[in-house]
Amino acid sequence: MMREFLTGGLVHGLLGQAQGSLWMPPEASTFANDMDPLFYFVLYLSTFFFVLLMGATVWFTLKYRERSPDQKTSPVKHNGRLEFLWSAIPTVLLVVIFAWGQKGFVALSTAPSDALDLRVTGQKWNWTIDYPGLNKSCSPTSVADPVTGIERMETDFFVPANRPVKLTIGATDVLHSFYIPAFRLKRDAVPGRYTGYWFNANEPGVYDMYCAEYCGQQHSEMRGRVHVLTDMEWRAFLKSGRCPALDPDADDYGEKLYQANCKTCHSIDGSRLTGPSFKGIWGKSEKMADGSSVTVDDNYIRESLRNPNAKIVEGYAPGMSVFDSGKLDDRAVNALIDYIKSLGGDDTK
Amino acid sequence: MATTTVEGALTGASHDHEETSYIHASKGLKNWLYTIDHKRIGMMYLGSVWMFFFIAGILALLFRIELLTPNLDFLLNFVSGENAAQIHTKALDLYNKIFTLHGGLMVFAFIVPSIPASLGNFFLPLMLGAKDVAFPKLNLASYYLYWIGGSVLIYAIIYGGLDTGWTFYTPYSTTTGTAVTTATAGVFIMGFSSILTGLNFIVTIHKMRAPGMTWNRMPLFIWAIYATSVIQILATPVLAITLLLLIMERTLGIGIFDPTMGGDPVLFQHFFWFYSHPAVYIMILPAFGVISEIISVHSKKHIFGYKAIAFSSVAIAIISFLVWGHHLFVSGQSDFAAVLFSFLTFAVAVPTAIKVFSWVATLYKGSISLNTAMIYGLMFIFTFTIGGLTGVFLGALAIDIHLHDTYFVVAHFHYVMMGGTVIAFLGAIHHWWPKMTGRMYNETWGRIASVIVFIGFNLTFFPQFIAGTQGMPRRYATYVDQFTIYHELSTIGSLTLGVGLLIVLIYLLASMKSGKKAGPNPWGGASLEWSIQSPPIEHNFHQTPHVDTDPYNFPNIDRTATSGHH
Repeated sequence: MMREFLTGGLVHGLLGQAQGSLWMPPEASTFANDMDPLFYFVLYLSTFFFVLLMGATVWFTLKYRERSPDQKTSPVKHNGRLEFLWSAIPTVLLVVIFAWGQKGFVALSTAPSDALDLRVTGQKWNWTIDYPGLNKSCSPTSVADPVTGIERMETDFFVPANRPVKLTIGATDVLHSFYIPAFRLKRDAVPGRYTGYWFNANEPGVYDMYCAEYCGQQHSEMRGRVHVLTDMEWRAFLKSGRCPALDPDADDYGEKLYQANCKTCHSIDGSRLTGPSFKGIWGKSEKMADGSSVTVDDNYIRESLRNPNAKIVEGYAPGMSVFDSGKLDDRAVNALIDYIKSLGGDDTK
Repeated sequence: MATTTVEGALTGASHDHEETSYIHASKGLKNWLYTIDHKRIGMMYLGSVWMFFFIAGILALLFRIELLTPNLDFLLNFVSGENAAQIHTKALDLYNKIFTLHGGLMVFAFIVPSIPASLGNFFLPLMLGAKDVAFPKLNLASYYLYWIGGSVLIYAIIYGGLDTGWTFYTPYSTTTGTAVTTATAGVFIMGFSSILTGLNFIVTIHKMRAPGMTWNRMPLFIWAIYATSVIQILATPVLAITLLLLIMERTLGIGIFDPTMGGDPVLFQHFFWFYSHPAVYIMILPAFGVISEIISVHSKKHIFGYKAIAFSSVAIAIISFLVWGHHLFVSGQSDFAAVLFSFLTFAVAVPTAIKVFSWVATLYKGSISLNTAMIYGLMFIFTFTIGGLTGVFLGALAIDIHLHDTYFVVAHFHYVMMGGTVIAFLGAIHHWWPKMTGRMYNETWGRIASVIVFIGFNLTFFPQFIAGTQGMPRRYATYVDQFTIYHELSTIGSLTLGVGLLIVLIYLLASMKSGKKAGPNPWGGASLEWSIQSPPIEHNFHQTPHVDTDPYNFPNIDRTATSGHH
């Protein structure tokens, strides 16, 4: 590890590489190719100044340590030339780093006109990536942790290699941040507005993506993968049944909507998750945190989607994602209500 | 000797009998709780901030143990539930509450008041040659406000919990069911303690300097406290307003930050960092002041570049108000704003670099004693330089896109806050302990503990830089396997660090009972606090001292040499 620290970084810094180094994960985008040399430039510059300062500190400390109580010390109080130099040299270097750093950053906002447009939506605690015009939508699927067996929702999505891809990022509830370390890119997902960036993924492969902005309970499990596909694989993907856009005419539309949007927090087997289970909820009289009670009917479910904090079931915390008409249109709301209805009603009535 | 008064006081101290110190001036708990003596208030702050440091440190160890492995395990023991999935989510909630409590207590109850409120209170009047601060009763009121705020914060955390992170980002903080309103009220109250302390110090420095103590003869610790106080009274009200708006939104439903009520969540980040970035300098500037004192006294050499160090503190205080936007580089703020904030961020690096260079230059041709305090001083140069240099990575926009909200940031601010402020605080406590208590601690144990702290600290936080560049996001309770090695090293380091700090606590407490008598000036310091007996008498000085030279005029300085004074 130590040897790699000393030599590996230099080699990797000079040559773009797909394996990654001690410091950096694999480079899989043109932005990573552009940004890593700046990282290594700052790393070596910092190391140089650090060694210089520590060398001087250790040397002075050893050389001028007190040998007798009346050891004489230098009367020098300042030195104009020296002070000018150690102000001016860092200033020049910092301006260089600033200029280099802002160049790559600003370029992220202007995607090439031929970029593939994708829409990313973050919600507690998973991602959905829509492909406008391509009739595809990559929604989260349930994955059991290989060690603990605990299920979480992860999203796999697919992009073509060597072609600019533009992400328009939004959120339905709280802040998230769409982070792909191999691309060296992230941007916050902010409810009520759009952010975004573009990239050109130039190394086919599978790379992790994370949520990087703290968003509550399952923040650390809001993960997924981006699959960078070769030309052939991309064409196959477009024709395949992977990431199908939901079909409003299909019989299982409501169930699919449930899986993509509700499953993280609401079970259908009666077990308690972050929110109440949907099993047997239809027609049930639920006690609310403010003491009132509400019967679960069409209007209650609709209100819970559009304005989730209006009524909170006793024993649960507020904070559910908001599903406005852009995220779930009336037809989708109806399909979800029908699905919840199909899970069975309150038998005790 | 340097000043007429120092000479006079030294003869006074060499008298056989010692006069009643501030510690024994009056007896009983009540006399401490009602005291308006800045030294007693300083000591009470010292005890309080150490208590909060201890609690927040234990919390850090709890989540470090949890992070030893990628999946939840340790915290599962503290929750119960109907099934594995429910136990899992409850443990996630617990993790989020623990790291929030760690950050909240460390920032608001420990680091912000640490050096200024404890040592600033104790030494500001002594170093200025004053009997007390300008408003002694306000000083006591600040202490009680600090405790009221701290109690409200702890209450919120115990009865309701808080899971927003110490930054309270909206809209999460306006929608979560935890005790955000109560917790922010606690921080709001603590903010007033901070404002009043700052106000008190500014007036004291302006109006109560001893005759002859011009601005250029003030110890650099005073300059640092002065710059800190200015930030405190200008920036803290913004935090108070922001938290008040948050409380209004949560309780009255007025849409300010929550987009479902027509608010703007990013606005909160602007407000919050408009306070909290200058607050970073509230936390680090006093540490700079401490280091200037320690390095010069323990090398018995005039501080190098007095004016550059003093004015760089002021420059940092001013520029610190103009860099908050670097916390929002990936928030979706405009590119123009991001570029401007990046530039200003680099501007603040220059005065900071000047300070570090000046400290190293002070060592040159000195007479250096490696006392425990000095070891912490040198350690500060090491760790703070790493903290500062890694800030350069984060200031560069293109690099920040990758490193923002990763462990690189966690490591960076721990190198600045812990490697900077806490190490300087430890140095300051060792430097001034003989003056405060009149007793010497065990130097051997002091040196041993400092080495353990150094190793533990670097082992804890250096691997986190690499975890961050590899892409490990912060505030994660679970993580993917590839990051395991960094977390293992970090957890081992944190336990080592804990042991080191515990040793410090033990030998310091032991010294109060059995330590050797310190005498007035164990290190050969030349500023006014070393001219009086240890511990000082209740009203500090018998006669108002008169100052006719600067505070770094040590007797060892070779006045026959001709190379000085360019």
